Amino acid sequence: MTVKQLSVFVENKQGRLSEITGILHSAGVDIRALSLADTTDFGILRLIVDKEEAAETALRGAGFTVSLTPVIAIGVADCPGGLAKAMTVLRDGGISVEYMYAFISRTANTAYVILRVDDNEKAAGLVQEAGFGLLTEDEIGK
Amino acid sequence: MSDRTWNPIETAPVEEIKALQLARLIHNVYHVYQNVPYYRQRMDEAGVKPGDIHTLQDLAKLPFTYKQDLRDTYPYGLFAVPMKEVVELHASSGTTGKQIVAGYTQKDLDIWGDCAARAIVAAGGSPKSKVHVSYGYGLFTGGLGLHYGAQTLGAVAIPVSSGNTKRQVQILQDFESDILCCTPSYATYIGETLREMGVKPEDIKLSAGIFGAEPWTEDSRRNIESLLGIKAYDIYGLTEIIGPGVAYECSEQTGMHICEDHFLPEIIDPDTGEVLPEGTAGELVFTCISKEAFPLLRYRTRDIATLSREKCSCGRTLIKMTKPRGRTDDMLIIRGVNVFPSQIETVLFQTSQTSPHYLITVDRVNNTDTLEIQVEMTDDFQFDAVRLVEQKQREIESALQSTLGISPKVRLVSPKTIQRSEGKATRVIDKRKLY
Repeated sequence: MTVKQLSVFVENKQGRLSEITGILHSAGVDIRALSLADTTDFGILRLIVDKEEAAETALRGAGFTVSLTPVIAIGVADCPGGLAKAMTVLRDGGISVEYMYAFISRTANTAYVILRVDDNEKAAGLVQEAGFGLLTEDEIGK
Repeated sequence: MSDRTWNPIETAPVEEIKALQLARLIHNVYHVYQNVPYYRQRMDEAGVKPGDIHTLQDLAKLPFTYKQDLRDTYPYGLFAVPMKEVVELHASSGTTGKQIVAGYTQKDLDIWGDCAARAIVAAGGSPKSKVHVSYGYGLFTGGLGLHYGAQTLGAVAIPVSSGNTKRQVQILQDFESDILCCTPSYATYIGETLREMGVKPEDIKLSAGIFGAEPWTEDSRRNIESLLGIKAYDIYGLTEIIGPGVAYECSEQTGMHICEDHFLPEIIDPDTGEVLPEGTAGELVFTCISKEAFPLLRYRTRDIATLSREKCSCGRTLIKMTKPRGRTDDMLIIRGVNVFPSQIETVLFQTSQTSPHYLITVDRVNNTDTLEIQVEMTDDFQFDAVRLVEQKQREIESALQSTLGISPKVRLVSPKTIQRSEGKATRVIDKRKLY
């Protein structure tokens, strides 16, 4: 029950993000969600896209370093407390979160949280038991 | 089983080699004294005459020649024959300072070809071999040195020169080259290009490579051997002495046999100039005893090595030198600590998910030396979390700290972002303004 996240290693040089998004544009890739981790020396651009294979091929072809990571995408109610409830479930289950970011779905009242955790399978089980939905690869591609 | 050799001198009894050396030394000291005013003056100042040389030990009476002497007498001040006898010139820019010029008579070129031919035969070459020379041709001695070696042997010299790496791979395939000659860094680049083009080591006919002109590690040797599917041999030389072929590796690969019938080696204490016994590490010094045009006496190579006359399984009796730990020119002094780039390379080869491509930047900030090393990650490196990158950087930093004795800053960069070299690799940028 995971989705594939593309990470692109970005050296701190002007114009790199414009280059990356331009490549994705030319490849006809739609970005569903993104987050950028920034440090003094480099950045990591994490992307959830509709066509991850096309995106990976295009980026690698342009000389970028790409890493694929399975992450979980939990659907939470788009209202106060929606995310807090999910995080409580994970905390109680002893899951550590490395990083997370969120996007709002086009269908009403749902937000999605992308989570990189120490144990995907266990985390997915816990949130599903607690009644949360998980986004699948197929749904992202739509 | 002993190797095939090219010249009978390679396996001659040591006494015979020493007798030849003494006769040639005496002759060449006279030759230099009579024909090079600079040397005559230096010898007069040192109170030594050609007639004072009776034994090989008397070599120590002669003054040293330093790179600075070559610069001071630039371009032709140390030539020992009239220009009409010189048939070729080569030059070495070195990494720092003014270039130096070396001249060759036809006899000198014949000696060079013979020495380089020994190296090719030691690497398994024969008159049937096709020798693919990817050293740069021109003033640099790498290209023509191995070219003459191949031709002396009666093998086929393929003068590809350096650059246009995809074409190199095409030629390796189409011309069915057997032996590749280039710098180890370029061999690595060719190997990577082979892989990128989807050509397998089995698809090319190469069986051996002869690599030199820059320091390289045992790990680098294994990497090149696996990339190209060959056995990799070291070769040593310097323009000041003749070029590649001063010493070369045999099948035992525990050092390089010196063509000591032409180039007399000594190991000295670099600080005192005192001659050190065999088996002791020190600065390598060469005296040319057969060359005509540019025969240097006791030339200080600044290479740190050890000499050994222990019996070699290949059957050669020529004295062996260890692979130089690095030219003292390449050595960096950072916060008072001596650092050789090859030490850094060794650590990187032992670290997973990094490639041996690196760039060292030394700077001085607030009167303290800083050492930053950019290291390429490999394609399979998982870097989606900042922690993973930082962990890997710290892992390399602590491995380097324990090897070098000083703590560097390591910065991981994307694969293939550090400039690849087609000749001698640039691995150090020193931004310190000390002079």
